[in-house]
Amino acid sequence: MAKITFVQPDGRRQTVEAETGKSVMQVALAHGIDGILAECGGAMMCATCHCYVDDDRTGTASEGEEDMLDCAEAEVRPTSRLTCQIKVSEALDGLVVHLPEADE
Amino acid sequence: MAATELKRIVIIGAGQGGFQAAASLRQEGFAGEIVLIGDEPELPYQRPPLSKTYMKTGDATILPLRPESFYDAQGITLRMGSRVEAIDRAVQRVMVDDEPVAYDHLILATGTRNLRPPLPGIEHCLDLRSLSDAKALRAALSGASSVGVIGGGFIGLEFAAVARAAGLEVSVAEAAPRLMARAVSAQMSERFAEKHRALGTMLRLADPVAEISAKGLTLASGKSIACDFALLSAGVVPNTELAAEAGLSIENGIKVDTQLLTEDPAISALGDCASFPDPFSGRLVRLESVQAATDHARHIAKRLIKGAQAPYRAVPWFWSDQADWKLQIAGLAAPEDRAEELPDGTMLRLDGERVTAVETVNNAKVHMRSRKAMGQGTPLMLEDFAALAG
Repeated sequence: MAKITFVQPDGRRQTVEAETGKSVMQVALAHGIDGILAECGGAMMCATCHCYVDDDRTGTASEGEEDMLDCAEAEVRPTSRLTCQIKVSEALDGLVVHLPEADE
Repeated sequence: MAATELKRIVIIGAGQGGFQAAASLRQEGFAGEIVLIGDEPELPYQRPPLSKTYMKTGDATILPLRPESFYDAQGITLRMGSRVEAIDRAVQRVMVDDEPVAYDHLILATGTRNLRPPLPGIEHCLDLRSLSDAKALRAALSGASSVGVIGGGFIGLEFAAVARAAGLEVSVAEAAPRLMARAVSAQMSERFAEKHRALGTMLRLADPVAEISAKGLTLASGKSIACDFALLSAGVVPNTELAAEAGLSIENGIKVDTQLLTEDPAISALGDCASFPDPFSGRLVRLESVQAATDHARHIAKRLIKGAQAPYRAVPWFWSDQADWKLQIAGLAAPEDRAEELPDGTMLRLDGERVTAVETVNNAKVHMRSRKAMGQGTPLMLEDFAALAG
């Protein structure tokens, strides 16, 4: 298990216990985090699990992920990631994930 | 009817589209009652992984669209394992397990069911549509050394790739002369045929299955395919019976207008079961995809709650994961649209000079840029495409 904190654009924070092996997107859905839609279920088809993660431990976005982020609805920043592509491990304990402004 | 007069919205069908309608109604600010009715026992779940990740791993915890607490928190009444027997439009109510439930607006998200052609021995075939189908199929996979797949569409081929990776002998029988004939160009069909052959899968094209037995398949040509079990993946039929019995028009699906509204102003329809006008050609189309289900749902929610009047015009997109190839399609081609291959392997479908669809393999960049360009409101023309892909 690892603790992950989700921060909404208005500053609201929710910290949850994340199961290792799951993706950050799956953890967010399981805990009802607002702002992560994950329409394609983690197939890298939709960019609706886009978040900002400023943490070296998560590695960097793959080429395919970058291509999807290119067309994300919210502002894309250097820290932009698709949370379906970040796998939870003990090493990510304390990770902070910022949600983008809603697109509508 | 204005949003303020809507007290209860009932949604029939708790697949991805029905779920999204419920979620979007709340997101748009609807404060009334939402009743989401589904005939499967599980919480609403995603179907695409059933033939992909779930088939490989058997991990069903990845499937639910949301946890149960979401529905409590959002005030969505879930009625799972329930069937709607009838719609009474005159008094605006549905009968659910013999109990009347009144609605101010009704959303039909009844989806599709597997087509089961009346072939001798069809009862020997397994299906792949629901979680219970997928569980049965995984159980069959684990004890078998060979499988016959009836139908070379997305689901049959996704399953074939997983079964091949698991070490089974795999044969695919397709009635049409090429794979995925409804979805992609002939050239793309050929590319995938070569891929599956290279994986070691036997393809029998233009040779419909005539008979199925416990020992295998017999094809129209007289050839036989020996296999331990068979998967039937020969397409689906939309669940339109409830709508038809209620007197609504059916044209390959429940007929709706550019607002996704049936001819009854109190009933909308979405996703796999709905035939809607294609924004470019005006012809009625019915799409079997996550994209149509979710975009339709959001459109209906905006119209009902915010009074939005813009016609539906979302860009269709599709994907299929087969072995290490991800096929992505942006847009919607008519069967007669010509195909033109670009140097990078991108396949364009064209109606005159208009790009109607873009087919790519493992090329998310071109796929996403195509989707974005097609959503700008003006037709995407061939001459503009080079700049896009560069």
